[in-house]
Amino acid sequence: MSKDNQVLEELTSKEYEHGWTVNLEADEAPRGLNEDTVRFISAKKNEPEWLLEWRLKAFRMWVKMAEPKWPNVHYPPIDYQDIIYYSAPKKKASLNSIDEVDPELIKTFEKLGISLGEQKRLTGIAVDAVIDSVSVATTFKDKLSELGIIFCSFSEAVKEHPELIRKYLGSVVPINDNYFAALNSAVFSDGSFCYIPKGVRCPMELSTYFRINAANTGQFERTLIVAEEGAYVSYLEGCTAPMRDENQLHAAVVELYTMKDAEIKYSTVQNWYPGDKNGKGGIYNFVTKRGLCFGDHSKISWTQVETGSAITWKYPSCVLKGDYSKGEFYSVAVTNNYQQADTGTKMIHIGKNTSSRIVSKGISAGKSQNSYRGQVQIMKRASNARNFSQCDSLLMGDQCGAHTFPYIDVENNTARIEHEATTSKIGEDQIFYCQQRGISEEAAVALIVNGYAKEVLNQLPMEFAVEAQKLLALTLEGSVG
Amino acid sequence: MLSIKNLQAKIGEKQILQGIDLQINAGEVHAIMGPNGSGKSTLASVLSGREEYEVTEGEVDFLGKNLLELSPEDRAREGIFMAFQYPVEIPGVSTINFMKTALNQIRTYRGQQALDAVSFLGLMKEKMKLVEIDQSLLNRSLNEGFSGGEKKRNEVFQMAMLEPKLSILDETDSGLDIDALRIVANGVNKLRSQNNATIVVTHYQRLLDYIVPDFVHVLYKGRIVKSGTKELALELEAKGYDWIKNEVAAV
Amino acid sequence: MNVATKRDLVSELAASRTRSYSPADQALREDALTYLKNTGLPISKTEEYRFAPVTRILEKNFDSLTLSSQVNTVVSVNEFLIEGLKGNIIVFVNGSYAPALSKIVSNPDQIIIKPLSKALVENEEVVSALLNQKEDYKKDPFSAVNTGLWSEGLFFHVAKHTEVKEPVYLLSLNDASSAVSVHTRIVGWVEEGSEVTLIERFETTGHEAAFHTQVEEISVAKEAVLNYYKIQNDPGKSIQVCNTLIHQSDHSHVNTFTLTMNGEVVRNNFSIAIDGEHCESHFHGLYLLTGNTLADNHTVVDHIKPNSFSNELYKGVMDGHSKGVFNGKIYVRPQAQMTNAFQSNRNVLLSETSTINTKPQLEIWADDVKCSHGCTTGQLDEEALFYLQSRGINKDSARAMLLYAFASDVIATIKDETLKTYFDQLIAERLHKNF
Repeated sequence: MSKDNQVLEELTSKEYEHGWTVNLEADEAPRGLNEDTVRFISAKKNEPEWLLEWRLKAFRMWVKMAEPKWPNVHYPPIDYQDIIYYSAPKKKASLNSIDEVDPELIKTFEKLGISLGEQKRLTGIAVDAVIDSVSVATTFKDKLSELGIIFCSFSEAVKEHPELIRKYLGSVVPINDNYFAALNSAVFSDGSFCYIPKGVRCPMELSTYFRINAANTGQFERTLIVAEEGAYVSYLEGCTAPMRDENQLHAAVVELYTMKDAEIKYSTVQNWYPGDKNGKGGIYNFVTKRGLCFGDHSKISWTQVETGSAITWKYPSCVLKGDYSKGEFYSVAVTNNYQQADTGTKMIHIGKNTSSRIVSKGISAGKSQNSYRGQVQIMKRASNARNFSQCDSLLMGDQCGAHTFPYIDVENNTARIEHEATTSKIGEDQIFYCQQRGISEEAAVALIVNGYAKEVLNQLPMEFAVEAQKLLALTLEGSVG
Repeated sequence: MLSIKNLQAKIGEKQILQGIDLQINAGEVHAIMGPNGSGKSTLASVLSGREEYEVTEGEVDFLGKNLLELSPEDRAREGIFMAFQYPVEIPGVSTINFMKTALNQIRTYRGQQALDAVSFLGLMKEKMKLVEIDQSLLNRSLNEGFSGGEKKRNEVFQMAMLEPKLSILDETDSGLDIDALRIVANGVNKLRSQNNATIVVTHYQRLLDYIVPDFVHVLYKGRIVKSGTKELALELEAKGYDWIKNEVAAV
Repeated sequence: MNVATKRDLVSELAASRTRSYSPADQALREDALTYLKNTGLPISKTEEYRFAPVTRILEKNFDSLTLSSQVNTVVSVNEFLIEGLKGNIIVFVNGSYAPALSKIVSNPDQIIIKPLSKALVENEEVVSALLNQKEDYKKDPFSAVNTGLWSEGLFFHVAKHTEVKEPVYLLSLNDASSAVSVHTRIVGWVEEGSEVTLIERFETTGHEAAFHTQVEEISVAKEAVLNYYKIQNDPGKSIQVCNTLIHQSDHSHVNTFTLTMNGEVVRNNFSIAIDGEHCESHFHGLYLLTGNTLADNHTVVDHIKPNSFSNELYKGVMDGHSKGVFNGKIYVRPQAQMTNAFQSNRNVLLSETSTINTKPQLEIWADDVKCSHGCTTGQLDEEALFYLQSRGINKDSARAMLLYAFASDVIATIKDETLKTYFDQLIAERLHKNF
């Protein structure tokens, strides 16, 4: 036992790899939040009047709302007046090519392993890079536009495609959906927009890489993806932040919209700074993600690997409105040290013959608390709905907690719902078996954890799967790959 | 190769091994027999480095190294292989992935280059043939949902892959029907050479019909009370363990 | 808290308070009602009462909740007795003890059985140790209602190393020929190495509304065994909230079976605190609902100490406009290593207008444990139905057979043959007649 503790100790004392900062000159809003802040942000971005009104409406609603208290997470009160709501790297007014990007910034992304230079780009992945609050570069734009695919920063989309933004913004996550969604709607600064026209299968993975760099700032980005009839896109999202002693707020909104026969696959590898091993610092990751399967036979699939953040609060959901539409949620959430995660999904079955699948694998180590919270709701007219949920928890050490809160609400008697959940620990006999074959204890733990999470990792695109596997091992131990 | 002197071990407060002396040379097959609770499996566990057992006395020298000082993985890397009585299941980890990780960590320990995917697959194919195991089994999660026979065959496959110097077969015959036993034994026999040695831990004689030992030791109450050649096993089979118990009681 | 309702139900309830049995009892009642005034009854947003709008239904069914004690009009209880059961019979009518209808047969050296009001005076020490453990009234508003208002209760105390052969059968009869509000309690202690069987049955006659709260506190000592059965079968406008807390010590066994069939709203808050090592708890429930019945089973299995085993199985069949609610919490506290805890909830929805809301919840703070829960919702297997019909069995019988088969593994947990026969009969009757 003592040896196990030693190994766990080693595993849990691992430092955050992306914890550096870069000296970027930033253009910031004054600290604090009021209607003027909202106007400042909107003006900075030269937004049309309707969008400012939309933001102000959200702000006025937010003021009247209260922070949710139901999640199984605990943190000191957030002072919303002590946050900088807008911070952009200073740069030229507009960029004509990637070569004009601030070299410090290119370095930033290279450090992250994301190359923005076209010649050194990741093959087959188009990247939109968002630093602090602003999208700084999008690659492969021309190639995509030949197919009619729009992939650009949110601000750009507001200017270039206002009709689309106006139509879909807030259509899946209404501005008053919840406290953090309202906050985001008031102050969001940038993000990604993606539109796949009718019948087009996006030939490459689209990816956004988020990074918080400046101190005392919050990051409030928005992602909107619309897939027209018969369209398909696979979208990846990654994120990191520097190590800072104070907590930083990240409140993003992601909206997905699928028409008839369309499919969106959305993958996240979330690696925000989790705080140090004493629980100091780290990102508060309060995110609203929802997809609307609007058309018949449409499909939305969420995959997430959550290893970072001091606190994670997110429930990527599917509203299955179209008949025969499908929702999927695959999740691995790892918490270590003092991290807290309350994450899961909602599958709202509205249409007939809709189906959903939930696979959640929680791993708790250190003194962390890891909760799965999920809802499967079968509405009255959703006949023949199907759901299968599997929620497993793995505990490492006796200082952490694993919690499962599944809500299953069925109003139609033709539904078939199955939910299973288990809790276990890594068997000492499993570790010994590996050791007897010459595998070190650390590597054995990594091997077993990756095996446990395999069903979820298999859902990720190849490039991300490798990164995610590495991240899982890193979060739980020193250097094993 | 292996020299055990006055080995004593306990689990919790219970003393199980009371002083074992055993000398094993390359090329030899030793059978360790004994009634239930005599300490056979404990001996196997102590040699492979299971933490629950505490060695209270004695020495174990393996190829010039003090075995008892080594971690379980380093013992494996030095060439000790244990075929488990109850191989564990590890969901989501395929046997192939598992073996690749093990083999490459062993190679790194020995200062050899890690095998690339192609050479690894080549080696695997060769060993698969040797022990008559199907690739579909190796693609599946390690031992998960395997039958008793499949698990044991997988153990022998792993033994073939890792080419150990000393193999310890812990009750490998338990839970096997006669056909499975023959296949497993064939695999073990094919792997025998002048450079390696094998310890066969078993309760019954029948496995020794297939894996013929050079020496047979009878363990009773944590001591080797009788040693001999394969005839001793037959005598035990005929007379039963009471014969040994009475003999020890008489002394 | 109570802003959403126009009526002040708490004050209406508090106004009907008439008695107390000792100065300490008096003080406790006042504390509970003061607490209740501050917190209020649950409103629609109260998470724990999300699907059981008890407060709203009380408002709908009662012009006033200030009700004086009801006159005892019941003269015979024969139809509610269990055939062949040789046991102690305690009858409460509208929350008062009915000695003429009751029969205590056990030897008082083995088990003391008496009305709680009497025990509060005569066995004060024992009762005060068990009554309202850990300020339980703060855990549920209806527990606070009960603590403030209870009129009578059952007290039982099993001596050490005694196997009580005669079950304790508590029949709670409510005469709702006019609206009634009834509040009863059970306080029980099964001492070291003893065993007892408790059977509770609720029945209501008449067509007016009946509001019944019951709080039960039972302590099961070292190596003791408690067999617990509850039959909730109040037809009509009956609104019932039961708070049950069973406390287990080392090596104790608890077997429970809750059968819910009737009532407008039945809410059970059933908690087992496994506060000892090497305990076993078997926790079973069956809800067979029709009409407008809403049955809400909130269960808690709290593993506080290591090395214990719990197994929970609740099954439900919903027909008509009925609603089933299941919320099963399993807690495994940091000290409770080597716990094995299993939970399963299976549901069948028969009609288009029936619903089920289920929330099986695991909260684990210890790593060396085996815990799992499973939950399903589905329909009767059409294939099986057809198979039975093709052998000449009519559809209704075939359905009843399949539903009985669905319920059979829960029924099979009843060990006592007399009881099993009785439950079998109740369940079969319900399945044949009503589904």
